Parts: sequence; structure tokens; C-alpha cells
Amino acid sequence: MAYLPHTREEEKAMLEIVGVSSTEELFRDIPSEFRLDRPLRLPEGLSEKAAWEKMQDWAGKNKHAGEYLCFRGAGAYEHYQPRAVNHLLSRGDFYTAYTPYQPEISQGTLQAIFEYQTCICELTGMDVANASHYDGATALTEAALMALDATRRNKIAVSSLVHPEYRETMGTYLRGRGAEIITLPYENGLTVGMESGLEQYITDDLAAVIIQSPNFLGSIEDLKMFADAIHGKEGLLVACVDPLSLGILESPGQLGADIVVGDGQSLGLPLSFGGPYLGFMASKEKYVRRLPGRIVGKTVDKTGREGYVLTLQAREQHIRRERAGSNICSNQALCALAATIYLALLGPEGLAEVGRQCLQKSHYTQQRLAVLPGVSVPFTAPFFKEFVVKTTEDTTSINQRLWEAGILGGLELSRFYPELENHLLLCVTEMRSREEIELLVRVWGGDR
Amino acid sequence: MEKLIFEKSVLGRKGHYLSPLDVPEIPLEKLLPAEFCRREALILPELTEGEVVRHYTQLSRLNYAVDTGFYPLGSCTMKYNPKINEDVANLPGFSRLHPYQPEESVQGALELMAKTQEYLAEIAGMDAVTLQPAAGAHGELTGILLIMAYHTSRGDFKRNKVIVPDSSHGTNPATASLAGCQIVEVPSNERGGVDLEALRAAVGEDTAALMLTNPSTLGLFENQIKEIAEIVHQAGGLLYNDGANMNAIMGYSRPGDMGFDVVHFNLHKTFSTPHGGGGPGAGPVGVKAALEPFLPKPVVRYDEQKKQYVLDEDRPRSIGRVKAFYGNFGVVVKAFTYMLMLGGEGLKEASAKAVLNANYLMKLLTEHYELPYAGPCKHEFVVTPRHTDQTGVHTLDIAKRLIDYGFHPPTIYFPLMVKEAIMIEPTETENKETLDAFAAAMAAIAKEAREAPELLQEAPHHTPVRRLDETLAARKPVLRWKE
Repeated sequence: MAYLPHTREEEKAMLEIVGVSSTEELFRDIPSEFRLDRPLRLPEGLSEKAAWEKMQDWAGKNKHAGEYLCFRGAGAYEHYQPRAVNHLLSRGDFYTAYTPYQPEISQGTLQAIFEYQTCICELTGMDVANASHYDGATALTEAALMALDATRRNKIAVSSLVHPEYRETMGTYLRGRGAEIITLPYENGLTVGMESGLEQYITDDLAAVIIQSPNFLGSIEDLKMFADAIHGKEGLLVACVDPLSLGILESPGQLGADIVVGDGQSLGLPLSFGGPYLGFMASKEKYVRRLPGRIVGKTVDKTGREGYVLTLQAREQHIRRERAGSNICSNQALCALAATIYLALLGPEGLAEVGRQCLQKSHYTQQRLAVLPGVSVPFTAPFFKEFVVKTTEDTTSINQRLWEAGILGGLELSRFYPELENHLLLCVTEMRSREEIELLVRVWGGDR
Repeated sequence: MEKLIFEKSVLGRKGHYLSPLDVPEIPLEKLLPAEFCRREALILPELTEGEVVRHYTQLSRLNYAVDTGFYPLGSCTMKYNPKINEDVANLPGFSRLHPYQPEESVQGALELMAKTQEYLAEIAGMDAVTLQPAAGAHGELTGILLIMAYHTSRGDFKRNKVIVPDSSHGTNPATASLAGCQIVEVPSNERGGVDLEALRAAVGEDTAALMLTNPSTLGLFENQIKEIAEIVHQAGGLLYNDGANMNAIMGYSRPGDMGFDVVHFNLHKTFSTPHGGGGPGAGPVGVKAALEPFLPKPVVRYDEQKKQYVLDEDRPRSIGRVKAFYGNFGVVVKAFTYMLMLGGEGLKEASAKAVLNANYLMKLLTEHYELPYAGPCKHEFVVTPRHTDQTGVHTLDIAKRLIDYGFHPPTIYFPLMVKEAIMIEPTETENKETLDAFAAAMAAIAKEAREAPELLQEAPHHTPVRRLDETLAARKPVLRWKE
């Protein structure tokens, strides 16, 4: 049987030492009524060759982003991952290691996470970062929990332009604890601001305001305004950001955020049908002991040599059990490593260049689309790589036309925002060439 | 130790070059107001590709891994991670799918998810499975939220207590607390099983659930499971199975048949997907039919009318999402490939050999170590060192000394109810030579503990760093590099 080393002789010798006549005997402690008396109803096993061929065929039943031109984002972004990243991730010493509980033989993982934490702090302008979360949605949720605990308040205000699936995830988590969530409305592609009544929502019982920037519609929010407003009520600003944008956009830390979260998938991680991705979380120093999840710290051994360990573990479930702030006991270490290697390869200039190309190409695409008859630009706020267009033609038929020409068009926003019928959310990254953009425009306009 | 990548950085070096911008450039200030633009310089490493590759290759060599040696961590199931799994997950037909691309263009992915759900349900004796949770603890939370939704849907609002045995994983009470429940801990009996009298006394009309790991964290099958299920169900509570130890019973026994209503799986344990140095894993949850309406949405299923697989969002009684999109799909692909290769018979054989290896190693070790709870064990077991009061040698010292012998230490000081616990899970993919060598090292260490305890107390001796000062790390946290 695949992967099993036991020869018949060895099995016999082992059974003899155990003192039983068959392996089946070792299952006699299971009461007979609970012993399965039939084979599992699964297909018969396959040879590796057969499995490999079957899985290749299976993968072929899907149409992937190498076979169409992707102009869709909405929380999952196609960026270029330098080839070296996957080569390094494929080293068995990284991907077949466990959580680094034994630091003496896990310095590779520990140091890589320490480097990752440093990158996240640099990008976000925060003091401390944890070793990562399942994804952006759960990181945002844990930030909300952290804010509730830190302020001892029981109410969260979240922008309606935070990714709808992130908000739903937070709703699921917070229901059990009975916290109140209010949703901030939006206008002109931005969360409601001071001039349109933000103040009425910012009350002194709020633990935090949660703003995503660029928001779900692609617009860049005025984080500083929200920071000033909520700080006036001694609550926290939780900013949810695209780390890829932070090569050119101001860090949320500089703009007053207290906790910064987001999904690091945009740092070259594969689309992978929505996961595994990389939730990141960073905060100001004063909240370090409230951060959930793993954290790596630097220390010394008894000979004075520097090394890294999992630290501040008194926060965590295996020590505090039911008094822990979170139940998380893993991180997305390999995804964090991928993001770190990506950032190390690109460097500050490379990351800024990717950002500039996203900015330029998305604006170019928006301008080219806007001249098509029936297409208009509903919002005027600055954007980074995603933007909204409004159409007179039915969006489903536009996307159908594009798809038939091998283009994945924008997301139909009515799926999450019923009031935005005939609005499409498009994403243009550095991946798209001018020629591909022109093809989008031509097919959109009905010209093949 | 290796320098940090930031310390190797030289201003102006680059590791990656982009194609030149090929659209007409608009001045930045016309696109972004100045207050939105980054002002402070961003500090990231600046190196060539070769330098980056060398750096991370060097780091990787500081790690112990399943690919380099025996990893007998109890409750973690560090079995071999087949290489084909990685290659399959990297196929662009799986790795380059956008979560919001048209349903008809991801029929392969959805069918794979539906089949995985079906296989897992069959293995655990459950009626429905969700693949959304990203890890075991995430699955636990999903499971408890499902149980709470079930109770409240019946107008039963007073059930807010979750019972856990004292042998439970720390995530169990932390999860229940996160879900807004109170925790009631029940002691174990002298066999390491649940103390039935204590359980009877603990249940009542406020009982939401009992969370139980079976086989237990001592590696023992809970043979009172029938009585336990009756006690909990009669009180109106539900039974949750922490599936961390599923590797012991595949094809032999099913939680669903034992009376469990909810179970989570750890694809990164039982189903051979790699641990990645801490993640990503995946923690699917299986439920009985009565809980199916509450599963997180969207639910992957075959639609008879559309004649295709769909992501069903129309689930009015769903607890909602527990993460964005549909779960750690890339991990699911690996686990599916594993199930495909082994088949039902192969999975049962894997459990058989996991149990054989554990019993064999337990037998070898009991010559030199105490066995607080007698076997036969399932896939793991717990031993303790002898004469710790005389030798001054503790479990931690034995663990560290094992590193000198070339082994990853077992799980230590868990379960909490066993003092000085050493929890060992060899898994089925280890050969007899490895188990013999590990047992020989443990025997040698037991001898050293009596004759040269300082060898253990000073261990490890040959690693890139020695024992690290964890108190210092926690007291004066240095959590990032600064210039």
C-alpha cells in the first residue's frame, strides 16, 4: 500500500513483540456495535500514475486564469509571482515542518516569521504584527474582538464598503458574544464622511470603526478623518488594507489606525479558488498583549547567541484555555513565507513599481471604457487598482460577451449591493498589457 | 545563526524586474492626492534573486521537517506528505481559479469539493460536510456555532454550557468561550476515560454540548461512548467530536455511529497535507442531518435542475460564513488526491499500521518509561519518565536530549492531567528501523538520566542555538527588526 513500509515479516515481528496475533486484535477495545462491519464506500485506490492522470484531467475541467484574461478582483487578485518563490516554498524543510515548538530545530521558520512580522510592520506603519491568520476576513474579525476587549465596549461600526464576505464572517463570530454591529452607509463610492453625517454614528460606546481602504468599490478612503473621529470618542480605528498598495499609498499607521488587518494574497499568492490566503494583523505597541495568534520574538540562548522563539504565549489557548482571547492555534506560515519572499524579491522599489503599474493601467482602462457608449463612471474618488463603471447595457450580457472572447470581466455589484444594478467592479493589475486592455474595450464595445 | 534578510540588504539592489509600463503614463499627482501618498521611505530588503534564494535556502536548513526525520508529535499526525499532492495543487487548473469566476467554468473544482465532502462524510459516518473552516480550531468554532444554531432554532435558548473533559485540547474550551458559552470541565476516571458520574452531575437543561476527543488524547478508545452519548442526548445536549485523532480509526469505527452529532477533520493530520511550519491546514466539519440546514454558506452541491455543481447561497438558516470564499481549497485538493490514491481500503490500512506502530513503540518504551494508562493504545500513547525526583531530569530535558539523537521531540506536558507527559504518535509511514532507533535513543536517554543528568539538562548540544531564554523574550518583547 502506498507510503506504508511494513513488510509481512516485519509486521509479524512487531505483532510478536506487542503480544497479539493480528493488527485487528488491537482494535478489540472498540465495542463491537461501533466497529464498522463493511468496507468504506470510497473508490478503490489508484497507482500514482493513474492518480496523476486523473487529477490532470480533473484540473482540465476548469478554465483557469492562464486561459482567460482576468479583469476581476474583489478580494482575490492576480499578480505576478516571481518563479523563485515557489521553488523556495517547495523545499521540504519548510513545508513539511510543524509549528516551531522546538526552537532549537526550527530557527528557519522562526526567523522567516520574524522577517515577515517586520515586513508587515513596515508596510502598515504599525509597531507589532502577529505571525498571520487564516485570511483577511478572519483577521478583520479578530481585530474587532480585540477592540471589544481592549475598550470594554460592546459595539462595532463597520463600513458598508468593507468586503461583504468579511462583514458576514465578523457577523458569524460576533453573534455568540452578543456584540452589536452597526453599518456605516456610503455615498459616491466612499464611506459616509463628516459632511454627510458620519458624526451621528460615532458614539462614545463604540469600540471601533472598521474601514477598508481601498474599499470594496476600489476607492481610497480618508483614513485620517475616521481616525480623528473615533479617537475623539476613545475608540479604535481598524483599517483593512491591500498590502500591495502600500508601496505607494500612505501607511495606515501614519494616518492614525490602531489595528491594521487585511489579506496578503495580493502579494503574489495564487488565486487558488479563494484559499489558502494570508490574513495579516498588526497593531500599536500598547495592544501587543491582546494580539491573537502566534508571535515570534527575538531572544538569546544561554551562550549568548541570538535566536527566535514563539513568545507571549500566556495569551494563547493552550495556556489560558477558556480565558484566551482567541481559539486560534495555527498561522498560515507557508503563505506568510511566500509573501516575505515576494517582498524580499521586489524590494521597496519593485513594490512601488507594481503599485504604479496597477494605478496607471486601471486608470487607463477606466478612461478607455468610459468613452464607450452607455458606459459611465459613477464615482469620482481616487482609486488604486479597482474601479466601478455603470452601464446602460445589462451587465450579465456584457460579461457573457467578454467570457466568450476569453475575458473575465468585472464583478456584478448587484450581487452584494442590490442598489448598484448595472454596476461592474473591474480590477486591472500589472498583469494586463495594453493590448489586452484594448481587447477588453473592443469586445465590450461589441467589436470582435 | 543566519543574519536577517534586512541586514543583508544593500540599497539599490533588485531581485525582480517588471515589464516596462506600456500604457500612457498620467502624472501621479493627477491620480492621487498628496495626502494619500506614502511619505516615509519603505524599508524592505534589497537583494538580487540569487541572494534571496541563498538566504531562504540557508534558513530552510535550520529546520527539522518530516522530509528530514522522525517527527513523533502526539496529536499532530506528522505522517509523510506525498509529493504528488503538491504537484496536483500546483496545476493551474486548480491554483489559478478566481473564486468569483463563472460557476460553469469551475465544475471540476466544485465536483472535487463535493466528492471530498462525500468521502469525509462516509469516513466519519456523517450526513453532510462543509469544507469552509481553515483549521482544526476554526472547525471547532464552526461546530459549536452549528450546535448553538440548532438549539436556538428549536426555541431552546438556555443552553449555554459546553462540557469538556480535563484531557481536552486547549482549543476546546477556548472555542466554546469564543462562541459565547460557559465551560464545565469534567474529570477523567482511572482509565483515562470520562468519569460518568461527574458527567451525569454536569449535564442539565443548560447543556449545549460535550466536546470529546475519541480516541482520547491518551490514545485510548473511549469505550463508554455509548453511555456518554446517552447521558448527553438525554439531557438535550449534542455530542461534538474533536477529530484530531481520526488517524486511528479510519475504516474501523465512525464517530457518527458512536452517537456524535458533529465532527471536525484535520486534513493536515489525517489526510497527509503538509503542516507548512504552522499552516495552512484545513478543518472541514461533518454533521448529522438535523444540523445540515445551519452549515456555513455557500454550500457546494449538485443541482439536479441545472445539471451542474453549484455554490448554494440560498441558505436562510445558515450560521453564515466563517471565512471569505470557500475554504482552503488548495489544501482540500491535496487531501482529495491522497484519498484517491489510497482508496477506502488504503485508508483503513493506514489506520491499522498507525495503531500497530504506536503499540509496537509503546511496548519498546515501557521497558524504560512509565505507562500511566495501560493500552492497547490506538495511534498514540503517553509515557512519563521514571524517578524524576531522584534524577532531577524532567520531560523537557528528555525532549531536548532527543534532538541530540537526531529526533524531533514528542508532544510534551500534554495532556495536562498527566504529570511530565510525553505524548508519542509515530504514524503509519515510519518504518521499523526508525521506531527501533527512536526506542534505543529513549533507552539511552533513560540511562543518561540516571548516570549523567547534566547531559540532558544542558541539551541540546549540537544545534545552531541552544535552549533559548523564553522568559526574556516575553518580558522584553523584540518582535521586529529595526535599523
